Amino acid sequence: MNELLLRELVPAVIGVLVRRGADFASAEDAVQDALVRALEAWPEDPPRDPKAWLVSVAWHRFLDAARSDASRRKRELALEVEPPVGPASATDDTLRLYFLCAHPSLPQASAVALTLRAVGGLTTRQIAAAYLVPEATMAQRISRAKRRIAGTTLDQPGDLGTVLRVLYLVFNEGYSGSVDLAAEAIRLARQLAALTDAPEVAGLLALMLLHHARRASRTGAGGRLVPLAEQDRSLWDTNLIAEGVAILQAALTRDRLGEYQAQAAIAALHADARSAAETDWVQIVEWYDELLALTGSPVVRLNRAVAVGEADGAQAGLAALAGVGPELARYNAVLAHLTERAGDLERAADLYAEASRTAVSVPERDHLTREAARVRQALVRGARGARGE
Amino acid sequence: MKYLLLKHYRGAPAAVNDVPMDRWTPEEVDAHMQYMYDFAARLERGGEYVDGQALAPEGAFVRYDGEGRPPVVDGPFAETKDLIAGWMIIDVESWERAVELAGELSAAPGAGGRPIHEWLEVRPFLADAPSATE
Repeated sequence: MNELLLRELVPAVIGVLVRRGADFASAEDAVQDALVRALEAWPEDPPRDPKAWLVSVAWHRFLDAARSDASRRKRELALEVEPPVGPASATDDTLRLYFLCAHPSLPQASAVALTLRAVGGLTTRQIAAAYLVPEATMAQRISRAKRRIAGTTLDQPGDLGTVLRVLYLVFNEGYSGSVDLAAEAIRLARQLAALTDAPEVAGLLALMLLHHARRASRTGAGGRLVPLAEQDRSLWDTNLIAEGVAILQAALTRDRLGEYQAQAAIAALHADARSAAETDWVQIVEWYDELLALTGSPVVRLNRAVAVGEADGAQAGLAALAGVGPELARYNAVLAHLTERAGDLERAADLYAEASRTAVSVPERDHLTREAARVRQALVRGARGARGE
Repeated sequence: MKYLLLKHYRGAPAAVNDVPMDRWTPEEVDAHMQYMYDFAARLERGGEYVDGQALAPEGAFVRYDGEGRPPVVDGPFAETKDLIAGWMIIDVESWERAVELAGELSAAPGAGGRPIHEWLEVRPFLADAPSATE
């Protein structure tokens, strides 16, 4: 029994405890305790029925906790009566757990942590390590989240859009520490796609697979960022790309377009190009138009300007950028890129340097510094050439 | 003993080889990054590295402004204020070793491939508890 299989059992076990009458917060705590015990005990002494083992240990944990809490005495008495077996299947319970953990009343960071624990089966320690915070801090964040949704029952329908956004956030955290959050997000999105047939779930899964397929080519030595046009496309995972494209195509035939499907379509067009020069920018612009119509997001408008710049030339790109607020993250980077393509190297170098000062990550900052240096060097060479040196 | 190495955007004396990074060549930028990366990796292997983070230039001074009032924000940083670009915490045997390592870090290659000779601030951590033997 490997850890991944063990983690897959977690939502079902929480579901069993809740159906037996435990409240979500206590059930989740009890299952987390059982999980930690399982991780310690199973490598040497694996149980024959892992799920039954987890249910049994978690249930005893829950009863112990309930008994030790005097204020819960009344509920404890109620538990001694044989609980009615709920009509819901384990599958439905898992879907409801997704909705509950991504409850709209939770701050996004808390929803992410709770989802990773209750649906993903990660331990608090693993989640803390992935987000580079002390375990106690993460434990507090998770208990605060559970207090906030206390009283929300598992049978209320949830907001699928919030669930998808939470999984998207997990995916974007990428990779740090012992847990690969991108792979975890894909696993959870696969599970969610098996539970519901909403085209946007398929769209998000396709988007993740298509981005994940390019991962090996995205960074160079020392975590250096490699832009799409310079990536070694032979490193792209063609199996993941084929899977992502197939899932996306099936979703698109349902004719219920959403932002994740549109983003996946753009990613698919990039994945489809054998070289950067072969990229179908005209079609990418069309998908950005769809995406903009769906979201009206300034970030989409910004990215669309890059695509327009590739499809119709730098001036068209700069015109497309006109309506975007300069306070937006990466605005200067995009403006620098288009300005360079338009031939104004002096201004482009300044803009890249300015963009590097407002970058939101170290790899991005370093990349933009390098771009400023590259353009500046081209200027110096150009000046020397003009002087005949 | 733990020491904090502070790298400044502003506020420290100017580096000897003081050329803004966007005026280096891309190869010089890469060499600089690689040096920093290798330095941290070497300290980590040798058990002298604790943590390090880069900071954004944006920031502000903030203070309490009385009961029921929102904090006063004096920001963003004016040009004259000190600005910290990042920090590294090392755990080494002595002050001398901390100074030696800071010196090494300050020798990172800059414009023209020559050492940048940047001033780094080195600050010892106060211990968590008084020594049990005194």
